[in-house]
Amino acid sequence: MERVAGAVIEAEGLVKKYGDLTAVAGIDLEVRPGEIFGFLGPNGAGKSTTISMLCTLLTPTAGVARVAGIDVMHDPAAVRQRIGLVFQDPSLDDQLTARENLEFHAFIYSVPAPDRRRRIDEMLAMMQLSDRASSQVKTFSGGMKRRLEIARGMLHQPQILFLDEPTLGLDPQTRKSIWTHLNELRTKRGVTIFMTTHYMDEAEYCDRIAIIDHGKIVALDTPDELKAKVGGDVVTITSQDPDEAAREIQTLLGVTPARDNGALRMEVKDGRAFVPRLVRELTAPVDTVSLRRPSLDDVFLKLTGRAIREEEVSARDRNRAMASRWMAGRRR
Amino acid sequence: MRVETAARPTVESPVQAAPVDTRLASLRAIYIIWYRDVLRYWRDRWRLVASLAQPLLFLVVFGSGLSSSLGGAFGRGSGLTYIQFMYPGIIGMSILFSAIFGAMSIVWDREFGFLKEVLVAPIDRWAVAIGKALGGTTQAMIQGLILLVLAPLIGVKLSVLTIVELVPLAAVLAFGLASFGVAIASMMKSLQGFQVVMNFLMMPMFFLSGALFPLTNLPGWMTVLTRLDPASYGIDPIRRVVLANSGLAHVDSLGLTINGQVLPVPLEAGIMLAFGAVLLGVAVVMFQRRD
Repeated sequence: MERVAGAVIEAEGLVKKYGDLTAVAGIDLEVRPGEIFGFLGPNGAGKSTTISMLCTLLTPTAGVARVAGIDVMHDPAAVRQRIGLVFQDPSLDDQLTARENLEFHAFIYSVPAPDRRRRIDEMLAMMQLSDRASSQVKTFSGGMKRRLEIARGMLHQPQILFLDEPTLGLDPQTRKSIWTHLNELRTKRGVTIFMTTHYMDEAEYCDRIAIIDHGKIVALDTPDELKAKVGGDVVTITSQDPDEAAREIQTLLGVTPARDNGALRMEVKDGRAFVPRLVRELTAPVDTVSLRRPSLDDVFLKLTGRAIREEEVSARDRNRAMASRWMAGRRR
Repeated sequence: MRVETAARPTVESPVQAAPVDTRLASLRAIYIIWYRDVLRYWRDRWRLVASLAQPLLFLVVFGSGLSSSLGGAFGRGSGLTYIQFMYPGIIGMSILFSAIFGAMSIVWDREFGFLKEVLVAPIDRWAVAIGKALGGTTQAMIQGLILLVLAPLIGVKLSVLTIVELVPLAAVLAFGLASFGVAIASMMKSLQGFQVVMNFLMMPMFFLSGALFPLTNLPGWMTVLTRLDPASYGIDPIRRVVLANSGLAHVDSLGLTINGQVLPVPLEAGIMLAFGAVLLGVAVVMFQRRD
C-alpha cells in the first residue's frame, strides 16, 4: 500500500491508568491521511479510553500523542478545532431541530458566519437529512440521529473524524448506510476517519485495523493481511463425542483442533482437500462440517485465544463501569 | 453486507482551519448557549403555563385565606391587604424557583449527553457557566414579570415607571439565583442529587426571604437568618417598587432593615448583584476543573 507519508495521528507509548486499573497499557500507532482506521476489540479492551485520549478528553498517564500535528497535551483546544467527534452515547439536543443542533455547533466551533448556512445545507444533504432539517430531533430514528451527529462532527471541516462505536445498537441495514456515508465523506472530503468498533464484519471496511486487547495492540494491518496470518481455511465440525473426535483428528490427521462453543475448529492449508479426508478417516460421529475463509473473528481468536462474541454479554456492564469511571474522572 | 470500498481520495486534504480567536469564540458561545436555553424555554409552552399555576395557587388560596383570617389586622391601617403585600413576594418566588430550576438543565444536559458536545468544543469553560447563568436569568425574569398582568386583580396600580424600575430589579434577583443554581448544578452528578440539595436550600431561602411575611418584629434568631438569606435583598426592592407607586402608605416601613435602618433599594440590588457575581465565579471555577 503506497501512501503519502506524514501521519495525521501519532501515538507513542500511550498509557492510561485509573488507580490500580490499567485501561490502556502502552499504545503506539500512526494513522495516514485519508485512511479509514479501525480500532477493533472487545468492550473494555481500552478502545474508548484510547480514543478519548486522542481527542483530548482524557489526559494520558504517560506517552505522547499528536493529532493533526499538534500535541494533545500541549494545545487541546487547537486539536479540538481540527477534529470532529461522534460519541458512543447520543449527544444531541432532541428538543431542537436538526438545523438548530447544527447551528449550535457552528457557533461554538466558530464557523464563519457567511459559511454557516451553506455548510449546514451541504452536510444535511450529504447525510440525506435535508427534508427533516426542521423536525425536532426527538422524532428521529437511531440511524438518523447518528447521521446527524456525523453531519455535526463534519461541520467545522475537521481533518480527522473520530467515531466511537458509531454503529452500536443500530440494525444491520442502518449500519450499512452509515458505512456508505462514511465512505462518501472520505472520498469527497478527504477526511481521515478513526473509529472504534467491536463488530468484526464492520472492521472489514477499514483500510487498516488495530486489534486491541487488554489495553494493548496485538496486531495492526490491513484486513486481508490479518486474515492471511490465520493461514489457510477454517474447518469447523460438531460431533456428539467431541473428545473422541478431537483425539482422532489429532492422531490421524495431525491437526490440533480448538474448542469453540462446543464445536471443534481447525485451521488448515487446503480446506477442500482436507474435508473429504476428515470424513473418511474419522470414526467418531460427525454431525456437521463447515468450511470457510478466515474472518477477523478467527484472527482475533488466534491472537487472543478468545472469541470476541463471547464477551458481548458481560461487555456492556464493563463498558458502563468504564463510562461512569470516565465521567467521575472528568467531574472531579 | 458489503459496501464497495471507495476509491482512494483524490481531493485535497480539508482546508486548514484558520486560527480561531478563543476569546471571541467564547463570547459567541455565551450567546448561543443563552439562545438555546431561551429557545427551549419558548418551545416548551406547557412548562410556561404550568409554572404560572404555582404562583396563582399561592395568591388565590394562601393569599385569600390569610387575608380574610387576618382581616384588618395586617398593615395596621396602611390600607394594605395581605394579598397586596404578598403579591410582589410571589413575583419574587416565581423568579426564585425558575432561576434555580433553570439551572437544572445543566444536570439534565449531562444526563442526556448534550453537555459533552458543549464541553469538548474549543471554547473556554467560563463561557459555558456564564451562558447558562444568563439563560436562567432570562427565563426567570420572564416568569416573574409575566405575573404583572395580575396587578389589576390584586388592586395594585402599575405605572410605566414602575415597570421600568422593576425590570432591572427582577434581572438582578434572577441573576443572583440563577448563578447560585448554576454553581450547585456544576457540582451535582445526578438529577436526584440536584433536586434534594435544591429543596434543602430553596425552600428555606423562600420562606426566609420575606415573600410571605414582613421581616420586622421577628424573633432574634430569625431576624439573623432572614438577613443572611440573599433572596431577601432581591425581593424587598421588588415589593417596595411594586407597592410604592400604587398610593399605599408606609411601604418602606415594611422594608428590610439592618440595625433598624431601612436599606436603600440600590444597596439591596448591589448586594444581590455581588452575591450573583461571587456564585458565578464559583460556577466558573467548577466548570474549569477537568480530568
